[in-house]
Amino acid sequence: MTLASMKRKYEPRRVQLGPDGQKVATSAMIASLAAEGYDTVAAPFGHALVNLAKTDERIVGLSADLSKYTDLHVFAKAMPKRFYQMGMAEQLLFSAAAGLAREGFLPFATTYAVFASRRAYDFIAMAIAEENLPVKIACALPGLTTGYGPSHQATEDLAIFRGLPNMVVIDPCDACDLTGMVPAMAAHTGPVYARLLRGKVPSVLTRHKPDYRFELGKAQMIREGADVLVISTGIMTMRALDAAEILAKDKVDVAVLHVPTIKPLDVETILKESGRGRLVVVAENHSTNGGLGEAVAKELLLAGLAPTFRMISLPDEFLEAGALPTLHDLYGISTKGVVKQIKGWL
Amino acid sequence: MAAQPRVGNLSNVSLEMRAWNIRRKALLMGEVQGQGYIGQALGVADVLATSYFHALDYRPEDPEWEGRDRFLLSIGHYAIALYAALMEAGILPEEEFETYGMDDSRMPMSGMASYTPGMEITGGSLGQGLGIAVGMALGLKRKNNPAFVYNLMSDGELGEGATWEAVMSATQWRLDNLICIVDFNNQQADGPSRDALAVGAEAPKWAAFGWHAQEVDGNDLDALVAAFDTARALTEPKPRVIICHTKMCKGVDFLENREITHFVRVEADEWSRALAKLEDARPA
Repeated sequence: MTLASMKRKYEPRRVQLGPDGQKVATSAMIASLAAEGYDTVAAPFGHALVNLAKTDERIVGLSADLSKYTDLHVFAKAMPKRFYQMGMAEQLLFSAAAGLAREGFLPFATTYAVFASRRAYDFIAMAIAEENLPVKIACALPGLTTGYGPSHQATEDLAIFRGLPNMVVIDPCDACDLTGMVPAMAAHTGPVYARLLRGKVPSVLTRHKPDYRFELGKAQMIREGADVLVISTGIMTMRALDAAEILAKDKVDVAVLHVPTIKPLDVETILKESGRGRLVVVAENHSTNGGLGEAVAKELLLAGLAPTFRMISLPDEFLEAGALPTLHDLYGISTKGVVKQIKGWL
Repeated sequence: MAAQPRVGNLSNVSLEMRAWNIRRKALLMGEVQGQGYIGQALGVADVLATSYFHALDYRPEDPEWEGRDRFLLSIGHYAIALYAALMEAGILPEEEFETYGMDDSRMPMSGMASYTPGMEITGGSLGQGLGIAVGMALGLKRKNNPAFVYNLMSDGELGEGATWEAVMSATQWRLDNLICIVDFNNQQADGPSRDALAVGAEAPKWAAFGWHAQEVDGNDLDALVAAFDTARALTEPKPRVIICHTKMCKGVDFLENREITHFVRVEADEWSRALAKLEDARPA
């Protein structure tokens, strides 16, 4: 029976053809995010954790049957006695991580972002965040980074964890961010939720700004520009930087402010850069509800700033399944999509 | 009784007296607020007396002592019972009973670790305690710390899926330093636990999951002492559970005989009557 409220999708899909007019196969979930033109680094999160753990005995790693898909297998292989395979049990994963933290350890717990944010939320809230325990949650497949459909697409995780007191929230852009955020997560005294990119992860930021280093809680200008300010987080900073190069050829001068820490937000830098008369575009790999866009809008209003404000984000929908490049085009978070939307707003 | 108490009960005060004192303190706190989970507190008093005055190793003056046995109250609403036990153990000052549930009190209605010395975790979101206990037991093993982790949970929590994730995990990691205590009073919020998810025989269920399982009368102090001793002394590398069948409101007959519900109503004038009834039954 189909209820009136249910959406049936038996008819041929509305998904358009891929970027080259070709139908593209859905990629495996373990596939790396394609980033043309950038060098890549293999498993930067896993290697950064191993490096840190060499000098910090408190660090232990836990996963709920997804170590291979969160790059924690690198840690598990290097330090097998400090790795806990908790099985396919995310509520246990986070409550046990809380228990280890209570006993003085620094647990890094990994799974997919959907499972942490949806299935295990109450456990993260009450066993970890309520007591400000130093559990470090690192989750793969954030936003729209898999074509498997809504079961694996965490399009609302930032909204969920932004709402949780004590929780620091990070959305890294590239290998440099991932490498830099691991020691920063460990150094922070409370809980942290970080989105993960795994596999071969592009090196984006240092190509555009050679001295870039991740700093917890800091937004950083990666590129200056007079016409448009893109305030972006996660992989959307890569999209913004690529789009800026294309738009420069059309004499559109785009600045990119990278905000890898969603909470606490670097309000000072955001307000300073937003108050300079440029079109402000917030770009995020997340639902239009409750993510960086709304966080920035709130701060602008509270500060009495009213720049022309636009958002590039995912719609308030359960997204389609399909090939990732096709979906990024469909939802406007490909480079092409970013260019098109910014041009339309000028 | 089988074994000598470890610490905290070096006096000659009997376990029976300890349990009576816990009941009395819980009633005094209930009287302050005019409410409280008194049915559970009276029912679980013998289990707490056995825990704090026979089994657990702790230092009243230093509730965070690294060598202590950890006692986790997964059931946050049983806080009134644990406060009574913590007072009896000398971890909380007895005179604080008057602040129970009041603004600025260190003893909120639902147990939270940040409020109360001796309260190991923030319980209340049911089904979380055993998973945290698994992590603490793993942590203690990493540190070669021989302390035990006790998790006190309710029969209602047997319905939470997360409980069974933790049950399986404790077996996976051979957590012989973990003792789970189930207060089985067959009373959850909407009715008997046996009519909900706590169906079937509990001990065989836990045993099938790889636990050493005991089922005892949770209001029989000798049986409790024997069960705790067995659980502690066991050499098998497996986690241990003691399912304690308790009677709600135990020790106050007119409440015992009332139609029992999850939240037992006690009228304003009944608190003193209940205390008087308890006084009649004061151990010699």
